[in-house]
Amino acid sequence: MSLDKEKIKHVAKLARISVDEAKVDSLTKDLNSIFKFIEQLNELNTDKVEPLTSILNQSLRSRKDEISDGKIREKILKNSPKKNEEFFVVPKVVE
Amino acid sequence: MSNITNQSLSEILKSIKSKKISSLELTQAYIKNIENAKKLNAFVTTTFDQALENAKKFDNKQNNEQLLSGVPLAVKDLFCTQNVKTTAGSNILNNFVPSYESTVTKNLWNNGAFLLGKLNCDEFAMGSSNETSFFGNVINPIGDHLVPGGSSGGSSSALAADLTPATIGTDTGGSIRQPASFTGTVGLKPTYGLCSRWGIVAFASSLDQAGPMTKTVNDCSIMLEAMSGFDEKDSTSINKKKELYSKNLKDNIKGLKIGIPKEYRVDNMPKEIDELWEKGKKILKDLGAQLIDISLPHTKYALPTYYIVAPAEASSNLARYDGVRYGYRSQKGKDLIEMYENTRSEGFGDEVKRRILIGTYVLSSGYYDAYYLKAQKVRQLIKKDFDDSFTKVDAILTPSTPSSAFKIGEKTNDPVSMYLNDIFTVPVNLAGLPALSLPAGLDKKGYPLGLQLIGKALDEQKILNIGYAFEKNCGYNNEIKKWWS
Repeated sequence: MSLDKEKIKHVAKLARISVDEAKVDSLTKDLNSIFKFIEQLNELNTDKVEPLTSILNQSLRSRKDEISDGKIREKILKNSPKKNEEFFVVPKVVE
Repeated sequence: MSNITNQSLSEILKSIKSKKISSLELTQAYIKNIENAKKLNAFVTTTFDQALENAKKFDNKQNNEQLLSGVPLAVKDLFCTQNVKTTAGSNILNNFVPSYESTVTKNLWNNGAFLLGKLNCDEFAMGSSNETSFFGNVINPIGDHLVPGGSSGGSSSALAADLTPATIGTDTGGSIRQPASFTGTVGLKPTYGLCSRWGIVAFASSLDQAGPMTKTVNDCSIMLEAMSGFDEKDSTSINKKKELYSKNLKDNIKGLKIGIPKEYRVDNMPKEIDELWEKGKKILKDLGAQLIDISLPHTKYALPTYYIVAPAEASSNLARYDGVRYGYRSQKGKDLIEMYENTRSEGFGDEVKRRILIGTYVLSSGYYDAYYLKAQKVRQLIKKDFDDSFTKVDAILTPSTPSSAFKIGEKTNDPVSMYLNDIFTVPVNLAGLPALSLPAGLDKKGYPLGLQLIGKALDEQKILNIGYAFEKNCGYNNEIKKWWS
């Protein structure tokens, strides 16, 4: 299969990345060469193979549902590009 | 002690212990080297004042009980360091200052080391040449026109140029072993789960693993011992007793069975790589190991599998960079969605965007089974190849890379040819195994070449031991002419 420009723009929309119109052609070329490479996997019959979902022979540990820290609002807000005293600030969402 | 910085970590530790040199003198010597090596572009951030203060503190109250007593270390800029900018080589994190410390770096500091600076790397560790960094490419000390490998290219360059006595990197598809191979240094990717991933900027969570990069195998065992260990905060951390890799390092490998996989002799592989492999086999055989031919039949499918699994996980991990909670935010866009789109478009570089798009596509509705599920199935087959082989052998010997360091700019226009450089390292990540890259020789241009030892899960001690014996008998000379200062 091959990816056309429209498909790439759609995927970019899903990924929330704006794509410069001037770069769409080279991106299409690069992605198609990568997918051609990836599609070698179709040579293999994997009908009877279980997918590998974890390489560890253990299931994920769960922790107790307890509060272990907190009261660190300042630290959390510290790196935000736009904030007020209590919140992250984003462009207006609701009129 | 003018030449202290070209010694190994273990020799430096001895000099500190015996008070031949103070931690302050040592730190000053590295700072001088770093200031003279700006051309290499290995550092994104330096923390000299903090390092000098820590060195003085150590000298005033010398504690030699620790594994890394009084040693300054620079680390890859993918490890979050408390109150020190952490960029992951990306514009989107250019102003990010973590309020916490990664577990692995915390382990190093708890063992007596302190931070010297943060090392350049490919953006979000996505690259094999350190050319995708927002902070510019890093130069290989082997030659001013050569890449240092990637993604831990700042780490390999700084280590080889004597700018840090040892360092740490991360390895998702070869990002420790390939740069180690390109610079004539030792690099270990540990078993998945041995070193905590907590506080490391995430790339592909089922593959990412931190590990040491050092000048010698003994140094590697010391660093691994210091950085590894169970961590509650990483749900995939393995809960087991801590191992004393440096204390248990032995060079007797008599009777060990070493597998030689026929599939690693790839088409168009330079003759020199083949010769290097032969040399490695001979060294191990002469030391009493037994060579056994093995087959890892799905090897050629490892890279295509990786280029589904890794971008898929990356697209999910990198969804967090939205310009709201931390990092760069675009000033363009009329609403929230446009703000996201412009932030991510301006904040990420081309390779990262490419991989996010691949990942988003293979996970998108209607394509998941054809790509992601297929890749997970092939990953199972690749793991099974290794499981089957390890019933017959103790370790596997392969080349680390299909070539020596390539030229800056040589592969940037052809992503697939860049990806092919990781052909020997990627299968190990997919199977979660430990692997050690060792400097083993030079090609005819005089550039370093590495050999890779792959072990069973959690069998780091064995591959370190084999590497230790190999190193003693290989006669590799890691002296580099310091053309940059």
